[in-house]
Amino acid sequence: MKNPITHVTLKNGMQVMLKEIHTAPIISSWIWYRVGSRDEVTGKTGISHWTEHMLFKGTRKFPGSTLDKSISRDGGRWNASTSRDSTRYYETMPADKIDLVLRLEADRMINTIFKEKEVASERTVIISEREGSENEPVFQLSEAVQHAAFRIHSYHHEIIGDMADLRSIARDDLYNHYRTYYVPGNAVLAIAGDFETKSMLKRIEDLFGRVPKGPNPPRLARPEPEQKGELRLTVEGPGETSFTQIAYRFPNATHPDYFPLQVFESLLNGASGLSYKTARLYRALVDKEYAVDVSGWSEATIDPYLYRITITHRPDRKPEEALAMLDDEIKKMQDGPIPEEEVERAVKQARAVFAYGSENITHQAFWMGYTAMFADYSWYTKYLNKLAKVTPQDVQRVAQKYFQPHSRVVGTYIPKGKGG
Amino acid sequence: MAKPTSKMSSLPSPEDVFQVTLSNGITVLARSNFNSPSISMGGYLPAGAIFENDEKLGLADFVASMLMRGTQTRTFDEIYNELETTGAGMGFDSGVHNTSFGGRALVEDLPLLLKLLAESLQTPIFPKDEVERLRAQLLTGLALRAQDTSDMADLVYDRMLYEGHPYGRPTDGFVETVQSITRKDMEKFHRLHFGPRGMVIAIVGAIHPKKAVEEVERVLGGWQVPGQVEAPPLPPLKPVRKTLKSHHTIEGKSQSDLVVGAMGPRRKDFDYMAASLGNSVLGQFGMMGRIGNVVREKSGLAYYAYSSLHSGVGPGSWEVNAGVNPANLKKALGLIEMELRRFVKNGVTKNELADSQANYIGRLPLSLESNGGMVNALLNIYRYDLGMDYYQRYASLVRSVTRAEVLEVARKYIDPDRLVIATAGP
Repeated sequence: MKNPITHVTLKNGMQVMLKEIHTAPIISSWIWYRVGSRDEVTGKTGISHWTEHMLFKGTRKFPGSTLDKSISRDGGRWNASTSRDSTRYYETMPADKIDLVLRLEADRMINTIFKEKEVASERTVIISEREGSENEPVFQLSEAVQHAAFRIHSYHHEIIGDMADLRSIARDDLYNHYRTYYVPGNAVLAIAGDFETKSMLKRIEDLFGRVPKGPNPPRLARPEPEQKGELRLTVEGPGETSFTQIAYRFPNATHPDYFPLQVFESLLNGASGLSYKTARLYRALVDKEYAVDVSGWSEATIDPYLYRITITHRPDRKPEEALAMLDDEIKKMQDGPIPEEEVERAVKQARAVFAYGSENITHQAFWMGYTAMFADYSWYTKYLNKLAKVTPQDVQRVAQKYFQPHSRVVGTYIPKGKGG
Repeated sequence: MAKPTSKMSSLPSPEDVFQVTLSNGITVLARSNFNSPSISMGGYLPAGAIFENDEKLGLADFVASMLMRGTQTRTFDEIYNELETTGAGMGFDSGVHNTSFGGRALVEDLPLLLKLLAESLQTPIFPKDEVERLRAQLLTGLALRAQDTSDMADLVYDRMLYEGHPYGRPTDGFVETVQSITRKDMEKFHRLHFGPRGMVIAIVGAIHPKKAVEEVERVLGGWQVPGQVEAPPLPPLKPVRKTLKSHHTIEGKSQSDLVVGAMGPRRKDFDYMAASLGNSVLGQFGMMGRIGNVVREKSGLAYYAYSSLHSGVGPGSWEVNAGVNPANLKKALGLIEMELRRFVKNGVTKNELADSQANYIGRLPLSLESNGGMVNALLNIYRYDLGMDYYQRYASLVRSVTRAEVLEVARKYIDPDRLVIATAGP
């Protein structure tokens, strides 16, 4: 792969990944913390995402009122997001302005204030964010399916958190969460773009190297026991349209079965980032008029998570009919190996998606840090090779292993409006 | 410290954008970018909803969505199989004025992409079974729209602001109009309005510009449609005489959406840049500008609250959007109205204007780094006649805007006593 990376661990434990790209006068900086919704216990759900919001409220050196203005004034783009496994903050800037964000990230790693008043106003902002999601039938269905799929593991709850906890989490809860997880040994700084590695590394050492090491936080680990039988549920709400979501259990991103499953997924529901109108489920359900849409997605996670398929039903067909067609399609892939050229097709699709991603420096910086959360950067650089090594027999084997009704959750949204 | 080493500015200029008009009227814009082995293309032709009558609203949209669902040489499945097998993508969309298209591929697959584009544009056959399949999907889309507080607030807002004007009608139509559209309507629409005159296509990626033009010429250079009908002129827009309010009820929702606004400038108007910078201060800069500051940061009422300026060929819209708890709707509307009054009374401060100007200039390389971003930039330059040196002049254009000009344009378009206010929710 072009543009090799420099990977360094500072004395305080912080990992730094640097990749020079001189195609445009732009630098993208991402800082990742190993904390996400999986690290939250009952009563404190949503605390990682709320903490992420609080990091925009400022430090003494970078007060909240001027913080976003400083970045925007320089023409930068910045944001943050929280996932199940991690929390990340990024800034993409004109190359000559990058020093501002390095100073900012080094400072807010330890000096974010968490004022009571700001905790209070952010509480209602996040409640509003959740209410916006609750407006969507698929969010409600998806949340119910996830709850059913994880009884023990903390992948049980949505990243945004449960409403009860959003009402009760206090300022000190947030601050303690922040102090526990925002330490250098729990962070990865990934920067790509138009810089010179040696001087960039020196500046990072100057700014981040002085942050005290602190104890490395433990991660919550409660393995989900094996599911003993299919789980079915319904969610009722307004509207006229029914949806079904089927969740199968997928292994973690470093499991050997992960790559055969990627090929399986691209055949069943299309390759990630591309249209999916020739995927097997689209042909079987939409072309044959059992549904108006069907799509699927998985996530690369630390612990085993889910592969979810969502069907948007036609008003003139019953959800069970579409589900029966889905079962037929999966059975075909379990009964015999797929043609060799279907693997080649999946590889070509992935190659194209990689090429589109390489047009964008933000995207390239993202992948360095992202893969460090569940594997390492070689997971990304070896992706196409590993995909190419998958055999039709591998695909058949994983179809048999992971796509069994007894280990899935099937949820249906039943509309209670006109025609429902 | 980190000394930048990239030599050049990524801004397009007359020297590196190749522009050719083919003999049948198609304009081709092309620019190279060899940083990645991919290409993006996009464009439009004047076949939009402006040609629809009220009984057939959604026709242009239906036709655009049917173009790839069967041509004289390929079925729906064959078209998508060619695209998806190579990891390429292509799609059509429609608006009031145009049907637009876009696609991307590995550069080796550009000929395939252009061949499928040409076929879809010239020889769609609107197969009966595909029409009905798509109709079911469109009707489900409309059922979902009816449940979406944001979509419905927008729809009600447009209807009030653009009363009696083509911009006041939803381009995806209504249930009854989509049900009434026939294959014959589609064939006729395609026959009368799809043609090379007024079509523009931009290609950016790992290819020499002249080669890109040759590829377009090869597949679209022979397209002739002698009877291609010209679009009617836009009718004048009725001014809003007093504040108009309307609430659309959707039961069972936990959040309401609101839109508050007024008419805005056209993209070509001389005061567009002043309005755009004013809008940045009002509801974009930093964390959604002044609107975000008062509604989200200070009051904690909303996750999103921002303003935007929608400017195109005809009269634009300058609007504020927010999603709030239904119990907070009135309070949020009050805060927004107060900000609008302050905006038209005092305008923007020197520092606020300088911040937004710096932001506009600084963010330029970022918005143009991907091939898709560059395609959009080239199409905008062409559509709004900005001049191929537009981005070379951009910094001085932005810097030349004064506080007085922002105040003047704010007062010209936003009258706090003549607002259009649409809300949707319980």
